[in-house]
Amino acid sequence: MTRVHPKTKEFIAKMALRGIAAVVILTLVSIVGYVIVKGVAVIDLKFLFGQPRSMGREGGVFPFIVSSIYITVISLAVSIPLGLGSAIYLTEYRAEGWATKVIRFGIDCLAGIPSIVLGLFGFSFFVKFLHLSWSLLSGGLTVSLMILPFIIRSSEEAIRAVPQSYREVAFAAGGTKWQSVTRVVLPCALPGVMTGIILAIGKCVGETASVIFTAGTSLRTPQSVFDSGRTLAIHFYLLVRETGASDMAYGSAATLLIAILSVNFTAYYLMRRFLRRVS
Amino acid sequence: MNLTRDRVVSPILFAIASFSITALFVIGVFIFVEGLPVMLRVGVWKFIGSSEWLPLEGKFGILAMIVGSITVAVGTLVVAVPLGVGCAVYLSEFASKRAVAIIKPSIELLFAIPSVVYGFIGVLFIVPFMREHFGGDGHGFNIVTASFVLGIMVLPVIVGISVDALQAVPKVYRDGSLALGATQWQTTTMVTLKAARSGILAGVILGMANAIGETMAVIMVVGNAVVMPNSPLDSVRTLTGNIALEMGYATGDHRQALFATGVVLLVMIMMLNTLTRYVTRKRVARQ
Amino acid sequence: MKARWHRLLMVVLSLTAVGLGLSGCGKRPSQGRTLRIVGSTSVFPFAELLAEAYRDVRPDIVVDVQAGGSTVGVVSAKDGICDIGTSSRELRPEEKEGLTRIEIARDGIAVIVHPGNTIDELTSDQVRDIYAGKITHWRQVGGADADIAMVTREEGSGTRGAFEEIVMGKTRISPRALVQDSNGSIREAVATSPNAIGYVSVALVNAKVKALAVDGEAPTEEHLESGAYKVMRPFLFLVKGAPEGETQKFIDFVLSADGQKVLKAEGLLSPSKQ
Repeated sequence: MTRVHPKTKEFIAKMALRGIAAVVILTLVSIVGYVIVKGVAVIDLKFLFGQPRSMGREGGVFPFIVSSIYITVISLAVSIPLGLGSAIYLTEYRAEGWATKVIRFGIDCLAGIPSIVLGLFGFSFFVKFLHLSWSLLSGGLTVSLMILPFIIRSSEEAIRAVPQSYREVAFAAGGTKWQSVTRVVLPCALPGVMTGIILAIGKCVGETASVIFTAGTSLRTPQSVFDSGRTLAIHFYLLVRETGASDMAYGSAATLLIAILSVNFTAYYLMRRFLRRVS
Repeated sequence: MNLTRDRVVSPILFAIASFSITALFVIGVFIFVEGLPVMLRVGVWKFIGSSEWLPLEGKFGILAMIVGSITVAVGTLVVAVPLGVGCAVYLSEFASKRAVAIIKPSIELLFAIPSVVYGFIGVLFIVPFMREHFGGDGHGFNIVTASFVLGIMVLPVIVGISVDALQAVPKVYRDGSLALGATQWQTTTMVTLKAARSGILAGVILGMANAIGETMAVIMVVGNAVVMPNSPLDSVRTLTGNIALEMGYATGDHRQALFATGVVLLVMIMMLNTLTRYVTRKRVARQ
Repeated sequence: MKARWHRLLMVVLSLTAVGLGLSGCGKRPSQGRTLRIVGSTSVFPFAELLAEAYRDVRPDIVVDVQAGGSTVGVVSAKDGICDIGTSSRELRPEEKEGLTRIEIARDGIAVIVHPGNTIDELTSDQVRDIYAGKITHWRQVGGADADIAMVTREEGSGTRGAFEEIVMGKTRISPRALVQDSNGSIREAVATSPNAIGYVSVALVNAKVKALAVDGEAPTEEHLESGAYKVMRPFLFLVKGAPEGETQKFIDFVLSADGQKVLKAEGLLSPSKQ
């Protein structure tokens, strides 16, 4: 048996890995690029701010943008306070014990529930049981359950990363626990917390399975949270299903992608500047 | 006064922190209350052990869909693990620091691409490709297609977590190995990957859970036929797909059977979660 | 800083309160300015177009259309969750009770194939055997040398219900059939697969697919109107009790010449004379 020289092996392995990495990055980038390039041609002010006509086959996507924003705002408004509060409790107020174990177990399980099952729940609880009907409120609350564990975890990690000595300084200065949390720990953990929230925004905007059963598919611009509305992601899904790869579908997808990527990118950029200033 | 506030804050935070477990409980109750009766009436074993799904005739068997979900999830891993872990190894062990600083966050950005976009790309490119070059019972709508679509979809998750796990391996491990004369590749396979194993595994399991839970992208490319697959080129229906497809139409027992499908899905995900906890706990214990 | 976290706490508390309040307040009174239509995915696009047209006539009324499915339409109408339920299949006897049935249009179901398919016509027996899984190859019906990919709708769909009732009879659709969840997605699946066969609302047939003649009759308007093309189903509006007020006015609009014009333009037929 001829043995391959380790150096040769190293060379082959390196090349193979470089190839794999290139495939992964190229695939992902070309998917995004393809959709955006095909869609940008359709996007103009009339598309962004116009009303859909003939069931979205023509016209604009304004109502869907509004609905997406509603869903995102509602779910963040619910899940940020709950998520941040949970994270603070788990890290600052409670020594590891059975209580944190039970709570963590709950969070892990919640994180694992497939969104379609949350959709079933949202439908039977918010839509039917609470008589909220198909509405942005039902949809937003359902989505908040989906992103809550995500926000708790990322906040918890960020808070944990704050060095213990910072807290001790706060205590030494005569502060209470709550003061150390609000004045020292949270400001330091802010970038990490924000990263979690920004990734959560992406999930809110892109979610379809659970929202379609809770927020409905109405084409109108919602006037209040009690109205039904169709989010951009659902509109895209329905358009693709009904009309195939039409210009309008590309336009909606591109709008969706550009919105998500620019929110993420801006936030990422700001965070780095913020971090640089702090350190 | 400040101390009083602390005393008030603590229970409030406790209430907030308990919200997740309360929500989980309420979700569980609602899904089980709606799903269990029909499951018990049909018989649990018959429900999960038969593949005869004729909801309008009162025949509810979801075995074919359980198999569908599992085969698609396994296929997803076959696509995603070599690519994802390979990419992660390259990024953390071989690529320059500057390249990683740009590429890793970009890949994480892609985490936010809506799954329907992946499904759309699948319908547009992968389905016709599979139909023309491989054929089969699913005519392009099959397990392999779904595996590719989901495999690409979970790549950002697997790459992100694997890079983190690899970077968490202390530098002294690598230095020690290199000092002994091992090449970088030998160090990677014999030391770094071994040390990061459980972290990578956790990422892989999370990817698998994502694949089992994904709905809309799968519906678009998997064909949704309710049959036991004989080959990877057959069409299947997943548990999630079953719920999403028929939910709008179902009433009475049929709707309850869809909730029961949700129950089975929940149990499967819980089992995967327990596995993740076991895997990660072992890692913590060892460290 | 301190005030800010106070405010955060207040937000948390008030949100909890809102949540509790919502669960307490129960049913939201319908304002009578919103007409809620829920039901069949087949009727959905046409109901949306009617709603669009109605906006020009009565800008003060909001018509909100939700796709759910025919069965959901029936149940929602019965439960009073919506003002009008819609169905794309005839009601089953046990569903009729307590509902007013208004036929707003009739719709043929076209059997469609890829435009490149050499077949132009099938008998209804052949269509049945194809969907039952007895005929699996296009050559068996005089076509190309290729396996048939049958595409169907999901269980519970009104279109599937009507297709089963009219074409399949007592025979079951084979579980091997690919399942798509709307008329549009069946059309897209057939339009992109050379060997596929599917069935959709005649109104949705376009240049991307070819509609077959069934038992010698093509699904043209003429053949549909005369009843020569057999595969047809009604589009129904369902109202709990008797329609009144704004609901009645909207129904009147739909049945009026203006409303029917909208449906005609999309390829639907006027309701059968009763």
